[in-house]
Amino acid sequence: MSASMRLLVRRAIRLSDTNIQISAAARAAARAAARSSSCRCFSDAAEDRSTHFGFETVPETEKAKRVYKVFENVAQRYDIMNDAMSLGIHRVWKDMLLHAMHPQPGVRLLDVAGGTGDISFRFLEYVRSQQERQRRRAARSMQTPSWQDISNNYSTEDEDGPLESRAVVCDINKEMLKVGKQKADSMGISTGLSWVVGDAEELPFDDDQFDIYTIAFGIRNVTHIDQALREALRVLKPGGRFMCLEFSKVTNPVLARLYDAYSFQMIPVLGEVIAGDWKSYQYLVESIRKFPDQEEFTGMIEDAGFYCVQYRNLTGGVVALHSGFKL
Amino acid sequence: MRVSGQTMWQQHLAKLRLYQRQCALTSKAVRVHQLHSTSTGFTDRCYDDLYPGHIHTTPIQKALLAVGSGVAALQNPYRHDMVAVLGETTGHLALLNLRDRMRNDPEGYTVLTERPRIRLSTLDLSKMASLPDGSFGREYLRFLEDNHVTPDSRADVKFVDNEELAYIMQRYREVHDLLHTLLGMPTNMLGEVAVKWFEAAQTGLPMCALGAVLGPLRLNARRLQSLFTSLGPWALQNGRRSRCILSIFYERRWEQSVEDLRQELNIEPPPITLSATNKKSTKKYE
Repeated sequence: MSASMRLLVRRAIRLSDTNIQISAAARAAARAAARSSSCRCFSDAAEDRSTHFGFETVPETEKAKRVYKVFENVAQRYDIMNDAMSLGIHRVWKDMLLHAMHPQPGVRLLDVAGGTGDISFRFLEYVRSQQERQRRRAARSMQTPSWQDISNNYSTEDEDGPLESRAVVCDINKEMLKVGKQKADSMGISTGLSWVVGDAEELPFDDDQFDIYTIAFGIRNVTHIDQALREALRVLKPGGRFMCLEFSKVTNPVLARLYDAYSFQMIPVLGEVIAGDWKSYQYLVESIRKFPDQEEFTGMIEDAGFYCVQYRNLTGGVVALHSGFKL
Repeated sequence: MRVSGQTMWQQHLAKLRLYQRQCALTSKAVRVHQLHSTSTGFTDRCYDDLYPGHIHTTPIQKALLAVGSGVAALQNPYRHDMVAVLGETTGHLALLNLRDRMRNDPEGYTVLTERPRIRLSTLDLSKMASLPDGSFGREYLRFLEDNHVTPDSRADVKFVDNEELAYIMQRYREVHDLLHTLLGMPTNMLGEVAVKWFEAAQTGLPMCALGAVLGPLRLNARRLQSLFTSLGPWALQNGRRSRCILSIFYERRWEQSVEDLRQELNIEPPPITLSATNKKSTKKYE
């Protein structure tokens, strides 16, 4: 089936879905129907379903708890460990996400699994520098203002209000948010940022709220990835963009061998030496191997209802940047 | 002084009992939780198969751990877990040597088979408190009190790939406090260095040797002098000639007097008595 046919079929299914979704109860029923149609429950009891926790197999209900514990343990040293493990390259990846995003002043960002706030801080900085550039451009074009122009400027001086961009950092883990808040305080960022505790599978926001939804290195820890994608679709405004930065499959076989060796030999050792926690970082490298590859994840994003889904490999496939639109 | 000391001791005893009960409860809770988590999760991991807390490591990982933990321990001596990891990753040969010595000693063999652990929950503190002064149990309790330490703060062994050797490593860590009592050394820097010198001569663990070499760097001139002139040579000589300290079943010798135990182990009493009052804040638990 060609890609366009696939999109048409998906659109048809979704249209029929939207016709049913009139009330919340009906929506829940449709979700349940969609879930059963995707053949996920072989039995009704949730405890019988198992999923992966790294290379371990655990009941689904336990995975969220264990992931919570992992991030609770590593929260204090999270940023140091990121720098040590990726040799600082994670900063480049996050900068590339921001450049691909190219946010304009006035947009609302939802940074899910944002934890320590790396993406949100970069977002605010980017938007503020964009605003500076715009203001400078406006000032340059107004070198010799007339009296009319000056009086107009005075009357519209508080236009920065509606143009203020806001970032909401949402994370399920309170420890990570605590660390993020401390970072914000030390950087002196007070406006334009809010911190919300929430589950990516069940976001505490209304529909059609945000212009951009990002999830950086968080979606592989979610128990039901398709549910998180559907929630992303729900909270985005029409025309909103979904962006996901996540570890993925390395295409080059030589690089893949080196990457595997580095991941399994070096990273747990770094975890033990720097953070005093071997097992959390063992989970981290195992969970990367369990995550679907670029193409499969693209399919999952399309299934959730996004359009124009594309991905870009960074660092030879170590990290993939996926992007989709809600239309 | 005696009467007030008695009531103060009772207060301390009450506190210790409470703490002991707390520790017993928490350790029981932790054990129950561990059992629960391994039984409800369908774990097919290769961890925790030799002993609880065991983590499999390849030789490369052990080498990286040794280097990394060494650097981390040097940078921040308060990282007791790093000192512990350094000891585990570098101590294989010394542990084998210790195991042979323990096996050749009848009491050591008993220790290896019965595997006693020194924890607050296994000690009968009231009985030990009622022992006469000068007895090993009483002096040990006094040492714990004076230096505000507890035997429950030892890190578990993780990276030793043999169950028996892991026990020996754990026993070495737990016996460290008892050694302080036997040698009469407090937990200030000078006392710790003296004990390290003794242990390095006794066990041959590279981590002890490293601690013995680097520890003196943090001492001031007066202490260095007393270390090099009297304490140090005494520690080294006694370390070399004493019976294997891990071979003693300490749990059955609380009533024995300290002097008697020292004679049996072939240890001379310390040349100078150090008090616990002027201790620097570093407490090393290895």
